[in-house]
Amino acid sequence: MTEKHIDELSGVETTGHEWDGIRELNNPMPRWWLWSFYATIVFALGYTIAFPAWPLVNSATQGVLGWSSRGQLTQTMNEVAEAQADLRAALAEKSLPEIIADDKLYRFARSGGEAAFKVNCVQCHGSGAQGSAGYPNLNDDDWLWGSDIESIHHTIAHGVRYAGDEETHVSEMPAFADMLQGPEVRQIAAYVASLTRDPSDPALADAGKQLFADNCAACHGESGTGDQSMGAPNLADAIWLYGSSEAEIAAQIRKPKHGVMPAWQARLGDVTVKQLAVYVYSLGGAKQ
Amino acid sequence: MKYGKEIVLLTLAAFLALAGAALGEDTAFRSHMWVLFFSLAAFTIVLLRQVSWASVGDPASIPLRSDGTERYLDGPIRYGAIATVFWAVVGLLVGVVVALQLAFPQLNFEPFLTFGRMRPLHTSAVIFAFGGNALIATSFYVVQRTSRARLFGGDLAWFVFWGYQLFIILAATGYLLGITQSREYAEPEWYVDVWLTIVWVAYFLVFFGTILRRKEPHIYVANWFYLSFIITIAMLHIVNNLAMPVSFLGSKSYSLFAGVQDALTQWWYGHNAVGFFLTAGFLGMMYYFVPKQANRPVYSYRLSIIHFWAIIFLYIWAGPHHLHYTALPDWAQTLGMVFSIMLWMPSWGGMINGLMTLSGAWDKLRTDPIIRMMVMAVAFYGMATFEGPLMSIKAVNSLSHYTDWTIGHVHSGALGWNGLISFGAVYFLVPRLWGRERLYSIRMVSWHFWLATIGIVIYAATMWVSGIQQGLMWREYDDQGFLVYTFAETVAAMFPYYVMRAVGGGMYLLGAILMAFNVYKTIRGELREEAPMGGRAPALQPAE
Repeated sequence: MTEKHIDELSGVETTGHEWDGIRELNNPMPRWWLWSFYATIVFALGYTIAFPAWPLVNSATQGVLGWSSRGQLTQTMNEVAEAQADLRAALAEKSLPEIIADDKLYRFARSGGEAAFKVNCVQCHGSGAQGSAGYPNLNDDDWLWGSDIESIHHTIAHGVRYAGDEETHVSEMPAFADMLQGPEVRQIAAYVASLTRDPSDPALADAGKQLFADNCAACHGESGTGDQSMGAPNLADAIWLYGSSEAEIAAQIRKPKHGVMPAWQARLGDVTVKQLAVYVYSLGGAKQ
Repeated sequence: MKYGKEIVLLTLAAFLALAGAALGEDTAFRSHMWVLFFSLAAFTIVLLRQVSWASVGDPASIPLRSDGTERYLDGPIRYGAIATVFWAVVGLLVGVVVALQLAFPQLNFEPFLTFGRMRPLHTSAVIFAFGGNALIATSFYVVQRTSRARLFGGDLAWFVFWGYQLFIILAATGYLLGITQSREYAEPEWYVDVWLTIVWVAYFLVFFGTILRRKEPHIYVANWFYLSFIITIAMLHIVNNLAMPVSFLGSKSYSLFAGVQDALTQWWYGHNAVGFFLTAGFLGMMYYFVPKQANRPVYSYRLSIIHFWAIIFLYIWAGPHHLHYTALPDWAQTLGMVFSIMLWMPSWGGMINGLMTLSGAWDKLRTDPIIRMMVMAVAFYGMATFEGPLMSIKAVNSLSHYTDWTIGHVHSGALGWNGLISFGAVYFLVPRLWGRERLYSIRMVSWHFWLATIGIVIYAATMWVSGIQQGLMWREYDDQGFLVYTFAETVAAMFPYYVMRAVGGGMYLLGAILMAFNVYKTIRGELREEAPMGGRAPALQPAE
């Protein structure tokens, strides 16, 4: 079995064994391979001296560089916190109009607000703050709870119909299905639609006018322009939270849907809420 | 009666499955027991009818060996070759589907065909069904030839084959039913794990028993690799799946490990599933089929010994690199990283031995697409085993981890190395197993080679770009220290890459379908009339 055997093609001796026709050459290991292997071992040893590596009984060697992943995290976080410290202190101290007036503070607050918005707000209001059905668009000038930056800040800080916050915005439109007849609801819906466009049936809309004055104007105003102090939406513009068709308006009269927004002050803290208010303000729809 | 004992046992098992279907604690378990019952019932019927599916057509008219006898037990290998091709097509098809599901979420269908359930179906179908069948079939073939001994244990090899298919069916249907341990690459629940353990022990007995009765003085290197794969997978599988079932009639179990110990056990398993299933096992395949197909001796015996033991010793410690920057203690992360780096050259030892075996036979690349496929496999093996240590370096990992780069890395290994070497082995085996003169079509192999290679390149390159972009977007801070992108924005940015990935995977699938057709025709004994590869040899020029 183990008699000397030379591979004719390469002239290299084989190991003399043969398995199902396969032989093995007796070539040495390639030098570059061997030295590279040694090099990785040397590197590995060096690395384990420099960094935490060798397990001991109750702990492990800490490495001569004193590095740790927690230490690295703390250091990075501290660096950022330090770089932002002055600006954050200023944000905490100054009023919102003062922040907007100061270019540097405004820029800082806006960037921070945008980052916080993308983490906390986009789920409902969309990545461009464009809103969706039931969630208001924050780019336009149609506001439910006030359009100046202080009002926006209050809404973010305390939320809307949020049970956990005493200062939250509360308003509740009654379900008129209990108080009005079916045809009357359709008449009001037609009238509300007629405020911004030609109604499907002018006679129906006319009939709804008096009903609107009797039932709706107390909150939504004589001309249907709404009242931001009580969160009553403006019905005389073309912006609709729950749909613009007469059927959708009628559904909202019969059994209104009410949106809820969490209060963010307790969760995100004063500075971040201020940044969010500045960011929403910067979108352009707020009262400048 | 032939198979009397087997039929009684199967009927008994089917009855127990039926009882499980009736008495199970949860709906998923009951549904799963129905699957088991119907599978076992089908096996019973097949045995009762004693249908032989080993060869299509009348076996008498197409003798499997010229003398009509079989020295070696090749039946399970023939079935294994067919199963390998079948599961390759299934696994790759599911892969293309999940790739499309990521690009087009509308393709998720509740509740069975969602990405969360289809993804483990894809990974298990490719790794364990396709890869596992390829490993079992080739190891049975190789160990018999290189030991000059018939498989040990008689029909035990058949039990291994069918038992393994049952494991695959139970695992696959379990995923779709929502039964999972949520351990990556070890998703099957406790009762399926127990079954696999039984099958695996039988596999070990067949393989090791054959080595013990070998008629060669030495164990061939391919068998070292196969044996290390079988033993280590048994150890990994058992330890990682130690769990306590909530009920012995229920599908849920809880791991014996908790917290970071659980995570480390899982990645010790997960990493070495790559190391011993996808690396060591397939190196065994490479060490037999490359020298056979090239008809050249293995380049270096010494290299094969050193790199074998180096891989065995180093691979098992490298798992913690899957847990960089997690709750795992820093020292364990460091060791995971340095062991991965030291693993680089031992891995490349296999590549060198594979490629250098070709020295003196490089001209065959022109005419033999099978050897071309094997060489490409070894090249991808070399690339993936360089990329792996690179990605284990903490600084690189902080960018690459959790991104598509990892997915690209796995696929250049799985599609490039495991896929191509298995396809090469299938093309080598099928004509020999069925006693055919050659494959139905050599040119189709060439088409398969190009479809697969271009598909992998598209896939891997796309995932590099998307993975690095993803990692950079996640860590992008503006000059004032605020995050720039939301996670959803980084997902949206991946869309074009996900579409391209599906294209690359689709090409690879197309190649596998071509192989299935070629194998089918070869088994039927047909030969395609075609011009030989590489054209005519250049005519000799008269000396001037």
